[in-house]
Amino acid sequence: MVRSSEDNEKKNLVNKLKDVEISAPIVYGNIAFWLGKKASEYQSHKWTVYVRGATNEDLSVVVKRVVFQLHSSFNNPTRVVESPPFELSESGWGEFEIAITLHFHSDVSERPLHLYHHLKLYPEDDSGSMSVKKSVVVESYDEVVFSEPSEGLFARVQGHPAVIVPRLPAGFSLPPVSAEDADKRKRMDPKDNPLTQWFTIFSEADELLKLAAARQQVQAQIARVRRQLTLIDGQHQQQLKPPSEL
Amino acid sequence: MDAKDILGLPKNSLPIPPEKKSRPQKDSQRKPDGISREVYALTGGVPPPLMPSLDVNQLKKRQKTENEKITWEWLSFTSSARKDDLKLYHWVRVVNGTPPTGDYSFAKYNKSVDVIKYTDEEYEKHLTDPMIILLCQEWTKEETDELFELCERFDLRFVVIADRFSTSRSVEELKNRYYSVSRTILIARAPSPADVSGHPLVKDPYNISQEVDRKRALSMVLSQTKHQERKDAEVLSEAKKIMETRMAAKAAQDAELADTSNASPERMEKAAAAAETASPSNIQATSGVAPLMSIAENAAAAAASLRTLKVYLRTYALDQMVQAASSSAGLRTIKRVEQFLQELKVNLKPKVPTKAVCAEHLELRKEILTLLNLQKLLQTKEEGSSYREVSYTETPDTPKGLHCVIDQDRTFVPDSVSFRAISTERVGKRDQKRKGPGREAPSSPAQSNKRPRKLKATDS
Repeated sequence: MVRSSEDNEKKNLVNKLKDVEISAPIVYGNIAFWLGKKASEYQSHKWTVYVRGATNEDLSVVVKRVVFQLHSSFNNPTRVVESPPFELSESGWGEFEIAITLHFHSDVSERPLHLYHHLKLYPEDDSGSMSVKKSVVVESYDEVVFSEPSEGLFARVQGHPAVIVPRLPAGFSLPPVSAEDADKRKRMDPKDNPLTQWFTIFSEADELLKLAAARQQVQAQIARVRRQLTLIDGQHQQQLKPPSEL
Repeated sequence: MDAKDILGLPKNSLPIPPEKKSRPQKDSQRKPDGISREVYALTGGVPPPLMPSLDVNQLKKRQKTENEKITWEWLSFTSSARKDDLKLYHWVRVVNGTPPTGDYSFAKYNKSVDVIKYTDEEYEKHLTDPMIILLCQEWTKEETDELFELCERFDLRFVVIADRFSTSRSVEELKNRYYSVSRTILIARAPSPADVSGHPLVKDPYNISQEVDRKRALSMVLSQTKHQERKDAEVLSEAKKIMETRMAAKAAQDAELADTSNASPERMEKAAAAAETASPSNIQATSGVAPLMSIAENAAAAAASLRTLKVYLRTYALDQMVQAASSSAGLRTIKRVEQFLQELKVNLKPKVPTKAVCAEHLELRKEILTLLNLQKLLQTKEEGSSYREVSYTETPDTPKGLHCVIDQDRTFVPDSVSFRAISTERVGKRDQKRKGPGREAPSSPAQSNKRPRKLKATDS
């Protein structure tokens, strides 16, 4: 009796939720510090490239490991980071493109996802006032979208701060979350990362406001042009009528 | 070696790992040949492009033949390609005293065409030409004989043959006579018609009228003016669009998109029917309708492809949807949309691409496309109406340099609306090259603060 219900649960966990998407907002980028007195010709900066949750939450709920592919002049240019925080620190002098590959847990996806980030060490204003205190930070915001996740995955990530999970329509029932997972969630909250002070906070509010304003303008202009078109059509109608009828 | 053994030192010195570590990093990031790093930075971190030098290893090694003695001798030779016994001389590579044997190496290239030779009886039986082709006379035996002799001599190069032919015949006529004669002889000589039915001469006979037409058409295309070329290109692109919408309608029916496929095939049929009347205004209307149809299908296809991906980045998804939405727009239109976005102070790629932001961005782009299409439509309608109006009235605020069309419309349109329409037209169509004198400034003093007015959200 017990076995059959367990089997049923396992089957349900694999079912895909149609027209549902969950997303994990991430920020990836680098932060670099000039080494000042300690800088040599080939080790002038210390930099860290990373992938983090947008609100500094723990991404390991979906991400299994992250692979950073560095410039071939680095020793072992393929660096794998197996646990959060998914970051890599190195020292050097050159800026180059880093290929970041996110590998997910098996219930999330079999295929990895690729990101590209251009490592920035030197500040935009090359006025030359380099300071050891000043850091150069370049971050990009993006969201990893998981389309039609399995029920098991949905249940697992529900409630986790790193993942945006929509409310399911009525009628869906999910298997309960095991107590183990809940515990793990509480433990791994890396709020004590020293780099946190430099992280940018991305807010969608600004962009949404601008977009809404822009849309209103465009809609107003569309209405105007439509009015003109109908007026012209009206003119044409008049002109087509023979003079006797006017 | 023995000394080292005695002293107890290791035979090979140990490699020094740390030096090697830093050196490779130095070398490849530095890129060799003693250019200092600062110079490197000037050129942008990449060496100035040079031709890659030849790697010596890639070149073939010279084959040294030490066991043979090679001399070169000036010897005579004959060629089987010649009918006489002319002896010519050339340098020959002699190996170990024995000259090479064999025919002249280029003799094998002496190929010629097998031109059919008919006898006189055959001529009288089959080939006397009863037909009078086009304007000229029929073919006499002398002419036919001459033709065949020239064909043999010049290897069927009809242009040369036409040049040398005694009577003036066109290339098509010569070809026609030659091929029809050859065909007739072939069929006549064959034991049964079935034997020769596979022969290319029999299978595809020369069609003189088709050839004449084809060459005429080619010469017309070659001598087309630029104006005509453009017109042709436009008509072809309209036709292509209509074909594509029909294809898309078919694809939509096959796919499992119930809503779009229900609506679009009916509209597709009407659009297709309208298009077949082939009048310009109809083509305009259907091309207006058709892109909207194809956009719906493209968007659905893009969404489906994203769903199959399962895991993707939202920026990637936005790119796909933007591409799908602009699929019917040309490159110029896409650039204008981007210009518009920049004027509205909106990022071309959102800095914070959340679900809501991406959706809004996509909708905004679609609306801008709609606006641009409507403006284009308005422009063509105004151009159409300019031919109808004769008088044009001047309102006090109108500078003289304005386009006549807009002035004429003003008599029917209230001032406020028309002014703003012009300003939006002007702003939206900045890359239009239709500039008259004195048009740089805003249309009237009252509109001097055009820019800030445009940016207000409530601008009715």
